[in-house]
Amino acid sequence: MRSKPVILLLLLHSLLCFSSLSSSQAISAGDGYTINGRVKLRSMGAQGFGLPGKLSNVKVILNGGQRVTFLRSDGYFSFHNVPAGTHLIEVDAIGYFFSPVRVDVSARNPGKVQATLTENRRGLIELVLEPMREEQYYEIREPFSIMSIAKSPMGLMMGFMVVVMFLMPKLMENMDPEEMRRAQEEMRIQGVPSLANMLPGGAARS
Amino acid sequence: MSLGPMMQWMQSILHWVNVNLKANKGNVILVFSKGCLHAVSSIDGEVLWEKDLSAESIEVQQIIRPLGSDMIYAVGFVGSSQFDAYQINAKNGELVKHKSADFPDGFYGDLLLVSSDILVSLDATRTSLVTIDFQKGEIIFKKTHVSDIVDESFGTAVLLPSELSGMFAVRFNTLLVFIKVTIEGKLEVVDKITNAAAVSDALSFSEGQQAFALVEHVDRKILLTMKLVHDWNSDLLKESIAMDLQRGMVQKVFINTYIRTDRSQGFRALIVMEDHSLLLLQQGEIVWSREEGLASVIDVTTSELPVEKKGILVVKVEQSLFEWLKGHVLKLKGTLMLAGPEDIAAIQGMRLKSSEKSKMTRDHNGFWKLLIVLTKAGKLYALHTGDGRVVWSLLLPSLRESGSCKRPTGLSVYQWQVPHHHAMDENPSVLVVGRCRPNWDAPVALSFVDTYTGKELKSMGLIHSCAQVIPLPFTDSTEQRLHLLIDAEKHAHLYPRTSEAIGILQHEFSNIYWYSVEADNGIIRGHVLTSNCIGMVDEYCFTSRELWSIVFPSESEKIIATATRKLNEVVHTQAKAIADQDVMYKYISKNLLFVATSAPKASGEFGMAQPEESCLVVYLIDTVTGRILHRMTHHGSQGPVHAVLSENWVVYHYFNLRAHRYEMSVMEIYDQSWVDNKDVWKLVVGKHNLTSPISLYSRPAVVTKSQSYFFTHSVKAIAVTSTAKGITSKQLLIGTIGDQVLALDKRYLDPRRSLDPTQAEKEEGIIPLTDSLPIIPQSYVTHALNVEGLRGIVTLPAKLESTTLVFAYGVDIFFTRIAPSRTYDSLTEDFSYALLLLTIVALIAAIFVTWIMSERKELQEKWT
Repeated sequence: MRSKPVILLLLLHSLLCFSSLSSSQAISAGDGYTINGRVKLRSMGAQGFGLPGKLSNVKVILNGGQRVTFLRSDGYFSFHNVPAGTHLIEVDAIGYFFSPVRVDVSARNPGKVQATLTENRRGLIELVLEPMREEQYYEIREPFSIMSIAKSPMGLMMGFMVVVMFLMPKLMENMDPEEMRRAQEEMRIQGVPSLANMLPGGAARS
Repeated sequence: MSLGPMMQWMQSILHWVNVNLKANKGNVILVFSKGCLHAVSSIDGEVLWEKDLSAESIEVQQIIRPLGSDMIYAVGFVGSSQFDAYQINAKNGELVKHKSADFPDGFYGDLLLVSSDILVSLDATRTSLVTIDFQKGEIIFKKTHVSDIVDESFGTAVLLPSELSGMFAVRFNTLLVFIKVTIEGKLEVVDKITNAAAVSDALSFSEGQQAFALVEHVDRKILLTMKLVHDWNSDLLKESIAMDLQRGMVQKVFINTYIRTDRSQGFRALIVMEDHSLLLLQQGEIVWSREEGLASVIDVTTSELPVEKKGILVVKVEQSLFEWLKGHVLKLKGTLMLAGPEDIAAIQGMRLKSSEKSKMTRDHNGFWKLLIVLTKAGKLYALHTGDGRVVWSLLLPSLRESGSCKRPTGLSVYQWQVPHHHAMDENPSVLVVGRCRPNWDAPVALSFVDTYTGKELKSMGLIHSCAQVIPLPFTDSTEQRLHLLIDAEKHAHLYPRTSEAIGILQHEFSNIYWYSVEADNGIIRGHVLTSNCIGMVDEYCFTSRELWSIVFPSESEKIIATATRKLNEVVHTQAKAIADQDVMYKYISKNLLFVATSAPKASGEFGMAQPEESCLVVYLIDTVTGRILHRMTHHGSQGPVHAVLSENWVVYHYFNLRAHRYEMSVMEIYDQSWVDNKDVWKLVVGKHNLTSPISLYSRPAVVTKSQSYFFTHSVKAIAVTSTAKGITSKQLLIGTIGDQVLALDKRYLDPRRSLDPTQAEKEEGIIPLTDSLPIIPQSYVTHALNVEGLRGIVTLPAKLESTTLVFAYGVDIFFTRIAPSRTYDSLTEDFSYALLLLTIVALIAAIFVTWIMSERKELQEKWT
């Protein structure tokens, strides 16, 4: 049990390393730095819901809309001439939830970019952005089932009626005739109106 | 789709030329941006070379590549009177030659390339044409006065940017003059056209011929002419197309060729109209058109649809009887599978027409309305909320370019007349406010438009400036709402201009207050009306006086956002019952203003300020007394702030620099002066303070509660749902950076949320505290769509209490209907009526069966 998370972590680590060896770096060019990164979408449109995500529709947004860039066909993106400081990168892809990434571009040692996912404060070794989860925009319609009908108020009413109609006479039959008579006797004394009395026709006759 | 970011990029491009450099790099795109010339491969976007020209402070106007040469020329102006030409090797970006010459008269506007070595421009006075020959040893300027070539003088000239080889077009007011440049460099007038609207670039087609298109307006039609560049008298094509007057003038034309089925050359033209719509013309017809004007919505308001008329004329009955019969025959055909494709289309059309969704009358639930949308092009559209079609559109004459109104812009739309009790026969109308120029002291233009017919009822122009429009809560006998327009001199102008309106205003004279925000100076001022304007005969003009002002310290606070309550918001109850049988009273005031200020250093670029030096301060201000009801500081936070104020609460979104995450805060304000009135006996005896006057000098007893949460996304707009009676719980509608609209229950933004709510609080619906707000994908009202370039969200109440109508606009427009607490007052669409009927039938049957059974039992009993 103990070794499992370690192996997982190692796997993740190696995956990240292999996938992009030169993905994040800040090269000094003129007045700013360049942020390079990569967006990875594993199962593009594998799920039937939502739009099958297109890589060309994915936007990478720097600092809340200050700059917007698109992905290349291999998923890489870059922002040029970014001043040193702390920046925020967001990925907009319909059908996926990405955590915004805090990116520190330092002036002191160019070539180093520090990236942290802001949602869970996990540091990234390379600027490889992966969705935290897929988003289902539509509620899944519950499949038709007898139970759902039976559970609805109308279903319950029907069920009750069925019980009254078919089980009650059965119960009455199973009763001891002696007891029945006694019960009816009691009822007459107490003056509890029977069902027949309550109905207009019955009431008129009695 | 994603035009927004593309456009930003386009702005820095000056010109691009295709140069085929290497076989594997495809064409090269030359981009001039920020003083630097870049060569970019069109295959993979790689920057092949760069040439920095920023030291020369040249404004490059054109990049020219003579045919079949490896050299390119970058030409432009330094200052207003120096012309420079750089010869650059296109293969490696090496500077070959640099020429420069002074032109003492100065230049105006752009450079236009006429032939491979001759450029044309205007001199500073715009009365002379200047030809520039730059490829010879020296740069040669040749000045030709306009009156020398065109007989009469027509005023100032404008060069049209169309590229016609060896020729160019100059516009003098309504006259368009085509001028040819001869081989000797002389200018010759080719033709003069009076009604021309637009000219396309030259397009080469078969056998090296070049053609261009010319569009003219003739009456209600447009005339499209295609001509050969080198042979003026030949018309390749002459088509006249009827055009909707509401589309205005043709602004631009683009052409393209195709091969017809008979193998001859055909041309099609794409035209851009004044209302920003796009049309494709081919063979004298409009093949398709798109209302691209709707991509630039400025303001939105609504109008109810007309009430269904009961009485129908006899003629109509006869006609409709025939129609009815025809319809039924068609339907019968359809069911008997006898209908052809035409009939099927007719049946479909009938179904659509008769469907509830597209009806032009008011419905019971208030779902169908007209959205009156004002766009940047100065066009007003009425969109039906049922199917989104354009019911009518009007290119507002008051917002069109004219001699006195050079660059008119629309500002806002207001509901001018909403007839209900009185004046039922009147049609509702809207007021459109526009300005002649973008600066705020420019004269205002008003238009009144009938929302049923789409006709302009009245328009007023060029009266005074308009800094603010205040719809007053009073209407006159014809249900016209009184509006005050505040001009740049702080005079108030009353509309409608009737004596009745003055009477109403005089009656309420001392009750009218307003405020103004001067974001640049950091001042908020409160104003009140004083008297009629002095020295003016205008009795609808009033002077105002400053009542109070709040000055924010400019070195530490800069106003970045304000928010007020919507004027038409309805609040159901002031009391809020909380857990332990206690009551809190919401502080509900129409005069509440939310203001957010930020440290000047942190109000600029994002990510530049340190957490220590940035600080966000929020205020709640009463706009009548100018009193600050509440002030709160968020250290280490910065804008942009998006805020929404409703009932007694305000929710705002900002950036927390310390956590480097976005946050949303809620602030609720409660009235404490009511707390003493809880004792019923006091009320009965009369010892309550309900009748005590509200004074400017006494501090209102209020208490505020607030709480902050993390929120994942950047936000573009926030709105809140609004319902007819204000009973339904509220949802916040958040336009995220991904152009989606997220509906977030207000309960998540409750300042009373705690880590461990008590049982009573849980029953009240208080959610346990979490540090961030949940984003539930199912609660995106846009589902899997996005509203590209989202800019605003508008909510409108439906007649049905549970339902809110939502309109979101940006480059796309989006409309939907949402029920924040589910549709508790109507059956859902998937409600099974069959099951209901079945249940009823079964119940009735059961009643009869049991009745008969009991009858029989009783009879048997009687016999025994």
